Formats: sequence, C-alpha cells, structure tokens
Amino acid sequence: MIEVDITARLGAFGLEAAFSVTETTTALFGPSGCGKTSLVRAIAGLQRPRAGHIRVNGVPLFDAARGIDLPPEKRGIGYVFQESLLFPHLDVRANLLYGRRRGRAAPFGLAEVVRLLELEPLLDRRPERLSGGERQRVAIGRALLAATRLLLLDEPLSSLDARRKQEILPFLERVRDDLRIPAIYVSHAMDEVLRLADAMVVMDQGRVVRAGRVEDVVNQLEPPAAGSWRRGGAVLRAVVAGHHREWGLTGLRVGSQELSVPAIGSPPGSWLRVRIRARDVILCMGDPGPVSTRNRLRGSILSIRPPEGQGPDGPEMDVLLDVEGGRLRARVTRQSVADLALRPGLSVLALIKAAAVEPGAPAKEHADRTGPAPVPGKG
Amino acid sequence: MTGLLTPWEAAALWLSLKVALTAVFAVLPLALGCAWLFARRDFPGKPLLAGLVQMPLVLPPVVFGYALLLLFGRQGPLGGLLYDLFGVTLIFNWKGAALAAAAMAFPLMVRSMQLALEAVDPDLENAARTLGATPPAAFVTVTLPLIAPGVLTALILGFARALGEFGATITFVSNIPGETQTLPLAIYSLAQTPGMEGGALLLVILSVAVALAATLLSEALARRLPVRSGADRRRALR
Repeated sequence: MIEVDITARLGAFGLEAAFSVTETTTALFGPSGCGKTSLVRAIAGLQRPRAGHIRVNGVPLFDAARGIDLPPEKRGIGYVFQESLLFPHLDVRANLLYGRRRGRAAPFGLAEVVRLLELEPLLDRRPERLSGGERQRVAIGRALLAATRLLLLDEPLSSLDARRKQEILPFLERVRDDLRIPAIYVSHAMDEVLRLADAMVVMDQGRVVRAGRVEDVVNQLEPPAAGSWRRGGAVLRAVVAGHHREWGLTGLRVGSQELSVPAIGSPPGSWLRVRIRARDVILCMGDPGPVSTRNRLRGSILSIRPPEGQGPDGPEMDVLLDVEGGRLRARVTRQSVADLALRPGLSVLALIKAAAVEPGAPAKEHADRTGPAPVPGKG
Repeated sequence: MTGLLTPWEAAALWLSLKVALTAVFAVLPLALGCAWLFARRDFPGKPLLAGLVQMPLVLPPVVFGYALLLLFGRQGPLGGLLYDLFGVTLIFNWKGAALAAAAMAFPLMVRSMQLALEAVDPDLENAARTLGATPPAAFVTVTLPLIAPGVLTALILGFARALGEFGATITFVSNIPGETQTLPLAIYSLAQTPGMEGGALLLVILSVAVALAATLLSEALARRLPVRSGADRRRALR
C-alpha cells in the first residue's frame, strides 16, 4: 500500500498530489511537465515536499506534521532514473552490488537478478562498453538489489528508441511477475502502462486527476489524454485460456466468457489487455443466428451517449457495456438505438469483429510495432 | 645530480620542494571545498567569493606579499592570534613561504577541481544515495574517484605555481638562505652577484625541468577526466 499526499514547489503551478494504491505495479501517467518526476523524486527523498505525508506499507517516509523526513539512503527505495546513471568507474558487478555493500538487502539476491535480466555476459564490463538497452537493464538490476520497500522507475525507456524499448519491456514484465516488488512506473506512453501496470495514477498540471485499476481509469479517460490508442474503444483485461494451434488462435477468458485472437506467445494463465474499438462491435438482441463472427461477449448496457465531439442529434451513439466487471464500447447509429430500444440495464450480446491484443505478448511478435495496430478481423 | 650542486644550491632546491609540497597538500581540502561550493551550490555572494579566490592571480605578487605581511606579521591581526594561540610564527621562516605559495596556488587548484566536478552529473550522487550511501559516502565512493584526475591536475598545477612563487615570498618572509630562500629567490640572488651567473643558469635549467615534468603529467591526467555523455546532457526534469 502506497499512500501519498503532498504539496511541493514545481514550476508555475505547484505540485499537489494525493493518491493511495494497493496494487503491486502502479503507473504514474501524464504528459511531460505534469510533475511525475517531481513526485517520484519526493517519494525517493531527493526532493523535499512542503507539506503532507508519504507512507509505504504503513511506514512513514515523510510526514511534515510529525517532523519525519527519512533521507534517501534510509528509505529502502530502488530508483531507476531516465538515464541509467551507472557509476562509470565501476564494472557492472560492482554497480549491481553497490547497494548491497551499503547494507541494503533486497529479498532477492544477485544471482536471481542476474538470471532474470540476463546480465551474466555483462558482469565484468564497464558501463561505457554497454549499449543503451543493456545500461538500462543494469540500472534496473542495481535498483532492484537495493529495493527493500519499493521500486521507482522514472521513464526508464524514454531514452531508448522503439526497438530497444521492445527489448526491455519483457524484462520489466518478468520483474513484475517473478519478484512481486511494489513498483511505481512513470510513463507518458499508454502502451507501456497497459502492458505493465495493475493500477494507474493520472496526473495533469501537478495534480492527480484519476487513480484506480488500469482498465477502469483508461476507460474513463478523455481521448486526448489517452492518446490515439483509444479513439472510441475500450480496454478489457483477459487471461490466456489456451492455444488452438490448428486454427492459429489463442483463447482468452474474460470473466466466464471466451474471446479468440490471432495466436500470441503468452503462456496459459498469464494476463494481458485487449483493446476493442467501438466500431468493431456489433450489438445484438437474442441469438444472431449463423454469422461468421465468433467472438461474442454478453454484457449489460451501462450508458448510451453521443461520441466525443458530436451533439445529441448526430447520427451515432456510443453504448458502454459492462462485461462481468470489464468495459466494452460499441458505436452504433442513433437509429439502431431507437429500433432495438437500447437502454441502460438491458442485456445484449456484443459481436466483436477484431480485437487488438495490446500487451503481454513476447517482444519478438511485436518488435516491428511501436504503437497499437489493429489485428485483421476474422469476419 | 647533487654532486653538481653546491650545498647552498641543494638547500634551495630541497627547501623549494618542501615549501611547494607542504603548500599544495595543506591547501587541498580547502580548495576542494571551495571547488565543490562553486560547482554544486548557489548562494548569495557567490560571485564575490569567486572573485576573492582569484585575487592572488590578479594582484601583483608584491602587493599580495605585503598584505600577508600586514595580516600575519607578529603585530598583524592574524599573526598575533596564531602566536598567542599556538606559538606559531610565520614571518621570516619556511612556513610563511609555504603560506605565500599556498595562497598563490589556491585559485589554480580551485579552478581545476571545479571543472572536474562540473563534468560529473550530480544525479550520480543521488543514485548512490538511493542505493544506501550517506552524502559523505556518496562523495567518496562516486564523485571523488571520478574527479581524481582533476584533483591530481590541481596538485601538479598548484605545485608548479608554488615552486615558482617569488614576489609574495620575498616581500613576506624575505630571502634567508636555508630558511626562506627557495629556487627563484636563489636564482635572483645568484643573478645579482657578479661571477655567479653559471650557478643561476643551472638552477634555471632545474626549474624548467621540474615545471615541464609537472605540465606534461597534468596534460596526461587531464585526458583521463570523465566526459559527460550526450544522454546526460539531454536529461531534463519532467
């Protein structure tokens, strides 16, 4: 549990951030200059807030009212900076062990971190002889080995090109899944957030504007903040149920229902997020009969609204569905809403023509892709 | 080599080395502290302090030596204090010569270490602190190794400058053989004495050799200074 409620000096608008999250991996999301870095520097103890408190699992790291302000070396927080900031005069091994030699004992050892991040061949090298991606992997390892309480990652991929990013992301997923250390991941890239985080905190102009589970927050975000990936759609969390090799498909479970997507490499049981565009969803009352669309999710209507930038008399409507706790959006004509007498509370069947699997798949399948791309439909 | 030198000349060389080495090592911590202040902190009066540190470089050495005489003479405010508290007298002995040499070397040493410090990303120390290092430990284990070439350069430049000190020394502590007569002062005395020009030339060659060796060493070390990477320059607060 991470509880933050602070005010700090920051540029023209000042930082006033309050949130509390219980999830393991929390994304801190927002545009450049919104105060994300100032906030994580305050959590790490590198910047002193004016007032408020910061607590991790109930332990106060900073509390202005009680006069508590632990220095960074006493906070037990591993910090991965935007630039790797490896110590240039030490080899990789000495960089990794820097925290351990100063009494930090993370719950995992050097061997485990070296294996997880595949650092073995780099151990005796100096940082100047590492590539950008390797440097950042070492920086992640170094921070992990000193993280007894929390891991902070301040846009660790922002200095890398798209290809290197895709190389590092699977390592971050492994860290998340194998080590289970609480982490705050700062990013302004929605694809990284969708792929890595359980919870997200959205910041704008020094303030927290939303916080909660990633799916919930993402499905509420206005399109400009969410970026091009949403533009009339929704994100569903799904679990890999199994692979159907003969059809080249992977079955995903959404609640008790199943969804098929073109085969991905993630093992059964792992979770991932699926983006479904509103225009690819057809709403259906009763049995649709023999149609080619195999993906069908049953849900109930939560709301019916005109899409962004269109008045109530326009031709289209966005129908938001609840699918066993997840959200799905369908764009239909206003006439269809009237003809089918769609209204909140009604149970409908959603036929899905195409689903784009956002995160979770191994990097090699996505190496040529920097942003979300639609996956060909099966219709 | 000593066979070539008269005992009197050897005494001048030995005294010069003693004075110069004492001066640079005694003033090193203060110069490092000053360099750190200039490189890492902003405070009111910083330009004034920076100007004061440069004074020995811009003032005529004789003026500076006379100022030292006024300050550190037995009747001077600082000299009197030193004598009363520690029984130390600086005037007319080698410790005074070391003080004059230290003051002249100080600005060069500060500048050299300041440049080295400015080339080290301050966030490296922050990284060390998040890994469990206290501020002094972070400085000693991260910053100091990275500025080591700059510190060595400072020592060598300071040493060369201290070795060459003349004006302030002769004004402050006079020209006493075996006590305050360093190489430059000995050369001056020899050059003033008819028939002793040969001895002066030998000491001149000796001085040139020592200064040249110091400069070459400093050049070699300067090339090993850590260079800030382009990525570090791009780093901006978000």
